[in-house]
Amino acid sequence: MAERGSNRSPETGAFFQRDRQWHPPAFTPNYKSSVLRSPQKALLSFDNTLSELTGPVFGHAMLGELDNDLIHNFAKAGESAIGERIIVHGRVLDERGSGVPGVLLEFWQANAGGRYRHKKDGYLAPLDPNFGGCGRTITGEDGSYAFRTVRPGPYPWPNGPNDWRPAHIHFSVFGHGFAQRLITQMYFEGDPLIWRCPIVGGISSKAAVEALIAALDMHSTIPMDALAYKFDIVLRGRRSTLFENRPEGN
Amino acid sequence: MAQSLDRLKERPSQTAGPYVHIGLTPNFCGIGGVYASDLGSAMLNGETKGDRIDLRIRVLDGTGTPLKDALIEIWQADANGLYNSPAEMRGAADPNFQGWGRQPTDMETGVCLFRTIKPGRVPFRDGRLMAPHFTLWIVARGINVGLHTRLYLSDEEKANAEDPILGRIEHRLRVPTLIAERQGDTYVFDVHLQGEKETVFFDS
Repeated sequence: MAERGSNRSPETGAFFQRDRQWHPPAFTPNYKSSVLRSPQKALLSFDNTLSELTGPVFGHAMLGELDNDLIHNFAKAGESAIGERIIVHGRVLDERGSGVPGVLLEFWQANAGGRYRHKKDGYLAPLDPNFGGCGRTITGEDGSYAFRTVRPGPYPWPNGPNDWRPAHIHFSVFGHGFAQRLITQMYFEGDPLIWRCPIVGGISSKAAVEALIAALDMHSTIPMDALAYKFDIVLRGRRSTLFENRPEGN
Repeated sequence: MAQSLDRLKERPSQTAGPYVHIGLTPNFCGIGGVYASDLGSAMLNGETKGDRIDLRIRVLDGTGTPLKDALIEIWQADANGLYNSPAEMRGAADPNFQGWGRQPTDMETGVCLFRTIKPGRVPFRDGRLMAPHFTLWIVARGINVGLHTRLYLSDEEKANAEDPILGRIEHRLRVPTLIAERQGDTYVFDVHLQGEKETVFFDS
């Protein structure tokens, strides 16, 4: 039983069921890659066992000094990545509204021109020699996190004849139980490409799409240095074990 | 109108996309110098207790073509059936085994290889023992919500026959979709995303 940097006793209740109508379905034909990669049979549903209630722990000791600074973590000494400097920050919460401490967040993105440092990306926008595109951090006791980066550019992609991804940052999130595992994308307030994107369009609810759009947060900017966007991430919450027979009470 | 239940909504999932390696296995895709090693790439050290085994996993699309841009994570108990997790209330797991691994599928062959140990049995909610198993989580371009399933072991016939999760599968001919075949110390497992042999995926 490892420590998670928190003196709260671990919660062991099962997770709220996932709202599959709120998530995009597996089969979203306007996003062509999903057509042959989407399971077609019904999922097998069951209440969490220990295999889903438990999950790995990542300690702050694994983090390097520049892990949460994409402007510098791939740059040559004394140089920095090109682009609009931004801070992305927020809290990881569960569905009951509690901050979730000790959450490993990993993020990746294109550079300011919309180009990924990946051999599969052939977009004509240039690589930035000082930008790798990955970073990570672990949430504090109240679930808060922050990192520094450049705003990624939008880019065209081979789906329809003229489809463009809105500017976005990918997030991978580890909660306390493996059933909370989530990968999603953060979009930027005011980007008109959000509502034209076939990947975003797999989500049917407008409110669900808006839950992925970070707001410009002037209170967290650094004058003459960086703009800020606030992005809160909500993970599945645990059922409180009300009236179940637990000798220690609820 | 009644009072609001005042709960938040989980953030909707979005695909990990074709460049998932940049974020989760940067060294694998040539982005060196940011992290010393890719997280989850080595599950064992010399002190880890348990029988060494390999898992050789592929993920096949609806045409039977292996995915070459997928990423798989596994989560498992230690050799004694204990999870290395704060939510594990039954005792302390092997300190030399985190139980979590992450590997990309090979960009040429689509094969994903985990070097690990055989897990012990973990109790189901009612105390019955589940068969030794690995939780699998699969993401890739074209997968909108990470896919959750399990890998069971072909040489655990008796335990598999009494496993409560395998027992819930209505169409019995689909049970083998969750069972990896033992070949020496390697278990070979194909995940089928679609078709007659579609793997049983979970909502839990």
